[in-house]
Amino acid sequence: MANAETSLLRERWDAGVPKLSVRDLTVTRRQASGDTVTAAAHVTFDVALGEFVCLLGPSGCGKTSILNVLAGLDAPATGQALVDGQPIDGPGPDRAVLFQDPALFPWLSVRANVELALRLVGTAAEERGSRATSWLEQVGLADAADAQPHELSAGMRQRAALARALAADPQVLLGDEPFGALDAQARELLQNEVQRAWVEARGRKTFLFVTHNVREAALLADRVLVMSAAPGHLLEEFRIHTPRPRDLDDVLVTRVVSEIHGVLMDEVGRGDADAPA
Amino acid sequence: MRPRRVLAEIAPPLVGVLVVIAVWSIASSLTSTGAIPSPGAVWAAFVDGMRDGSIPQAAVRTLVRLAFSFIVAVVLGVALGLGLALNEFARRSIRPLVVALQITPFVAWVPLAVIWFGVTERAVVFVAIVGSFPAMTLATLQAIRQVPPLYERAGRTLGAQGWSLYRAVIFPASLPGIMAGLQQAWGFAWKALMAGELIVATAGAAGLGHLLDTRGSDVAALLATLGVIVVLGVAADYLLFGQLDRRIRGRRGLLPDS
Repeated sequence: MANAETSLLRERWDAGVPKLSVRDLTVTRRQASGDTVTAAAHVTFDVALGEFVCLLGPSGCGKTSILNVLAGLDAPATGQALVDGQPIDGPGPDRAVLFQDPALFPWLSVRANVELALRLVGTAAEERGSRATSWLEQVGLADAADAQPHELSAGMRQRAALARALAADPQVLLGDEPFGALDAQARELLQNEVQRAWVEARGRKTFLFVTHNVREAALLADRVLVMSAAPGHLLEEFRIHTPRPRDLDDVLVTRVVSEIHGVLMDEVGRGDADAPA
Repeated sequence: MRPRRVLAEIAPPLVGVLVVIAVWSIASSLTSTGAIPSPGAVWAAFVDGMRDGSIPQAAVRTLVRLAFSFIVAVVLGVALGLGLALNEFARRSIRPLVVALQITPFVAWVPLAVIWFGVTERAVVFVAIVGSFPAMTLATLQAIRQVPPLYERAGRTLGAQGWSLYRAVIFPASLPGIMAGLQQAWGFAWKALMAGELIVATAGAAGLGHLLDTRGSDVAALLATLGVIVVLGVAADYLLFGQLDRRIRGRRGLLPDS
């Protein structure tokens, strides 16, 4: 709380409602067998306007399910999910989502994918082209704008998805392990892109990313929420005050990484021990 | 296309055709009754048919009927398929009926068509439509239902909903499946039309299928007509749908060589 850099954000948080809010949220997931399992149980947290929060936990802990509820794609079993204090009723372009799969539309060129996002929020036709081009330049895809998604590498596809997600100027960006399937180099590039996008928004945009990568969470987030093994609940919260732009080699990041890692390893071990044979 | 690619493209089907002609020649030389005329005799009959104008005339009539029936079947099938995809109750109540239509042999419609419409143009076209729209309906329904949920979810988070979701995401995503339906419906319309034309001889407006009947006594001419029917059907399938399908799938990276 004492960090000078983010004091403006804290004031806004103290003054008003949080941007995103999860109240005693329980989410269930239907398995292929037809059984429903509780993915996350009684989770409560807030994300302030302009904050970057990472939800970290072992696989199956329900972090993606929570994100899907905030995206408006799934309904909670019990509890509430709020945006600006209002219950979430379906998805909307105010909350962009980066999925693990880039989910680009394969029948459209990279540029047309970005332009579609602009069209869906009612951007005038003559503005779409230049705005799409500018977003693609920002993620380093100016040369690939007219390619089809399948012609790009996995990392380039995810960068295109980032451009598409940010094009409609969303207030919230939700990331569902968007870099999980990338090789180390592409992942680092994208982490930097996301970090830069958040910094350039200067507190106007709220980012909530789900990940199981401790270093990624520590690199990106103001705050890391560590979840338990399934059914997931919040275990611990870490604040990271390292100034941005951050680098994976930053000492402070490394120290936080080892702390979070310790908590998480204990939990994964417990989860395995508890797991039915 | 470069000569090498053209060759690679047409060599395999050419070999297939040559094998058929070779087997046919042998079979023809082994039978003396004239039940199997030689390829040469059939070619002569084809040339005759072209010269006296009976084949081109019949072919044009058939293609006009086909174009009309096919377009009606596609519009009907896509609309109904979409309706069934949108509404679960409609799907559960109407889909079995469409499947029943689909497995009904189209020849079975011919007597009914004659009773309802008489020996008319309408009867022939009715058989072709009823023989092909169920395939189009089921293919459209299937194509829409097989759209990966991720595309739909991505579209919704970008602000698409209701009709805009269909226009921006669901339709384009289901296009390859709808293309497959077009190809299927084309084949069914063609076959059903031939059955209709063969049996319903509309006065003064005989199509290719009708030639199959009038030439019954002349086996060479019959085979020549059959050859024209097959070549036209295959050419339309390959040139029209084959190329379109390749373009659609190539754009999406769904072709093995792309």
